[in-house]
Amino acid sequence: MTKTDLHYRLREHRAALAAALLFAAIFALYIANHQMGWTVPVLTTATNKGVLLAIVAMAQTLPVLAAGIDLSVGMVFVLANCLASHLVVGSALQATLGAGVVLAIGALCGLLNGVIIVYGRLQPIITTLATGTIYYGLSLGLRPVPGGEIHAGLADALTGALPGGVPAMLVVLLAVVLIVWVPYRRSVVGRATLAIGSSLPAAYMSGVNIGRTILVTYTLAGLLAAIGGLLLTCVTYSGEASAAIGGVYTLNSIAAVVIGGTSLAGGAGSAIGSIFGAFALRTIGDLLFVFDLEPLWQPLFQGVILLTAVSLGALRLLKVSNRLDLFK
Amino acid sequence: MQPILELIDVSKRYGGVRALEGAHFACAPGRIHALLGENGAGKSTLIKIMAGVVQPDEGRIVLQGQERRFAHPQEAVSAGIACIFQELSLMPDLSVADNICITNPPCKFGLIDRRAQRRIAEAALARAGAEDIHPLAPVDSLSLSRRQMVEIAKALAREPKVLILDEATSALAAADVQRVFALLKRLRDEGLAVVYISHRMKEIAELADDCSVFRNGRHVATFAAGTHSDAQIIEMMIGRDLDHAYPPKPPLPTVSVTPALETRGLAWNGRLHDISLAVRPGEIVGLGGLDGQGQRDFLLALFGVLSGVSGELLLGGKATQVRSPQQAKHGGLALVPEDRKTDGLMLPMSVRDNLSFASLDRFSRAGVVRVSKEAKATDDIALMLSIKAPEPGDPVGTLSGGNQQKVVIGKWLLNAPQVLLLSDPTRGIDVGTKQEIYALLRRLAADGAAVLLYSTDYAELIGCCDRVAVFYDGRIVRWLAGPELTEHALVSSALNVAVEAVV
Repeated sequence: MTKTDLHYRLREHRAALAAALLFAAIFALYIANHQMGWTVPVLTTATNKGVLLAIVAMAQTLPVLAAGIDLSVGMVFVLANCLASHLVVGSALQATLGAGVVLAIGALCGLLNGVIIVYGRLQPIITTLATGTIYYGLSLGLRPVPGGEIHAGLADALTGALPGGVPAMLVVLLAVVLIVWVPYRRSVVGRATLAIGSSLPAAYMSGVNIGRTILVTYTLAGLLAAIGGLLLTCVTYSGEASAAIGGVYTLNSIAAVVIGGTSLAGGAGSAIGSIFGAFALRTIGDLLFVFDLEPLWQPLFQGVILLTAVSLGALRLLKVSNRLDLFK
Repeated sequence: MQPILELIDVSKRYGGVRALEGAHFACAPGRIHALLGENGAGKSTLIKIMAGVVQPDEGRIVLQGQERRFAHPQEAVSAGIACIFQELSLMPDLSVADNICITNPPCKFGLIDRRAQRRIAEAALARAGAEDIHPLAPVDSLSLSRRQMVEIAKALAREPKVLILDEATSALAAADVQRVFALLKRLRDEGLAVVYISHRMKEIAELADDCSVFRNGRHVATFAAGTHSDAQIIEMMIGRDLDHAYPPKPPLPTVSVTPALETRGLAWNGRLHDISLAVRPGEIVGLGGLDGQGQRDFLLALFGVLSGVSGELLLGGKATQVRSPQQAKHGGLALVPEDRKTDGLMLPMSVRDNLSFASLDRFSRAGVVRVSKEAKATDDIALMLSIKAPEPGDPVGTLSGGNQQKVVIGKWLLNAPQVLLLSDPTRGIDVGTKQEIYALLRRLAADGAAVLLYSTDYAELIGCCDRVAVFYDGRIVRWLAGPELTEHALVSSALNVAVEAVV
């Protein structure tokens, strides 16, 4: 064998690695120019903002790997936020039960998306646009005006720093990766998701259970978005049915997925890449504060980074020799 | 010997087209059984039925003495029937090992056991004689030939009792062909039943124990390999009814006329080699041979769809570069593509919009379409081709296949092309419309167009064309014209038998 295992492992993860390097570079720039620098409060604040988007981006990654998309992740995120501001209160036991209910409802939202896509045979983009609007309507019903509260002990524990200065949210993110993403990626369903995204006819001809795979994929996306919403409540100590927050998180989650190296055509990529994509995107937003720049630079920067990331992914098209293949 | 898999009285229709009619087939363990027949003889349908991809309308499938029905490819796979199709069933983004184990990956505690998977993949690759393929390599990094080897390993990993190969060697490099042959012989000796479809007579002579010949969806004969000569087998394969009326052929234009289209040494991407031909105004030149020998690629190359085409192209005697369909259009070329639904038409748009699309600049001034002029022209062409559409504003998707194809042709006629390229234009079209198309092609030629027609129907090539270039493996292996242009000559040169006999 001419090429080693290491070569192929690197190749498989090169997009995620590139996103990690991008984030490291931007973050180093950020810390170096921050007046407080590498201190626990700066790290904790940065982490809390980054992890929220990272988890929503993980949620988005799953449908995208199956060559779908979930425009409702931001709204499930907001719905979970509003629910948590009602349910995650009272005694520790009540709060824990409440958190369980919030996550279950998030998963249910995702399952509903999957059911409509699989059995209604509708395109994911329009299905999730419609259900997302419904989920937002429910959020408004729960929180017509911002308010509510959350179990303070839980919130402080999750958003603070652990002994040694490690932001607690980072540990939460790690736990989500280990409990949700890693098993999923290594399960039959995770494999089937990539197969479907790579080539639906070939997956069908190989006897892959397509319906079940798509259901699980969207359900997990809903669950992850709800985890994000729960954490948002811990950061803000309240619930707010904000269409702007839902929309921004949905669109940024797609951007993070793409920066993280997952192809919107499906079949290749990873949630790890999306996490770094989300971190990078968030840090770009914060850079303008440390450089004291006009606010207009933030969207401009984000757009340039996004375009660059997408262009790198399109380089392989230069090799196509039957131009008809470009359109298939 | 007791057959392991038997198909009895199997029939299958697609719409009005009969693909299989009361067909019989049986294969026995420890034998390699070759399936022979022309394009459209029903071989592909037969193996699709065996593999559970399509269900027969009538007839029985008996596997190991038990009657079975396969509603889904997965059921055939678990019953021990593995099929390697012409269209690859690999997922390009996944690794070789992931692909091999996709149907039934080894699991430990509910998660895929990557080490076990890797062992399975390595074993399957080794069994297929492709140990040099790295199990972690993504499939899209492999060449076509290597991918086909992965496909074979994938089938073997399912431990089948019956292995079906549909043209499995057509994409293989010579070294891989030898490995596959050795493998198939080994599998036969291990007691597998192997069903083998190939158009290469040499391969069949080398491999097969039994042969079955199909024609027009019917089983013609089954015999032990070596008991019949190539000529006798070809005799069994042909005999299609030449029942369509073809317009009479006028005398050929003299050779001194400047060809409307000429290629010199055209080649592309290792798939087309040194193709030189000339089509003169008034001539219908056919592209013959088995399906997939480069005829479609050749037409796409002429139309500017392929990049990296080398060789010379002359239009009306002038050397020209065609880099896109747009340039091809302005050069007076028109292409009626093989797949009218995806490449030929915009199905939800109206008949009128589809007809005028390729020639909109003729009906517009300063970028604005003059609707009345457009309507007049499209109405005229619809009348000329007798396109049966209730309203010119109806979506073209609501028309019958024959009328859709007329719209594709009409779209280009509005452009008054000097060279008309057609890729299997009568596939899936009723007999009446076919005859109209034949008459139309002849009329266009008489009016001075040069027509290049690729068809999978030999009778059509004989009835329609003045000359036929037979393709094999991306090359023109033989020219047939006049009295030489017979079904016998077409089939034997398509199988490259005569050529191989000479070599």
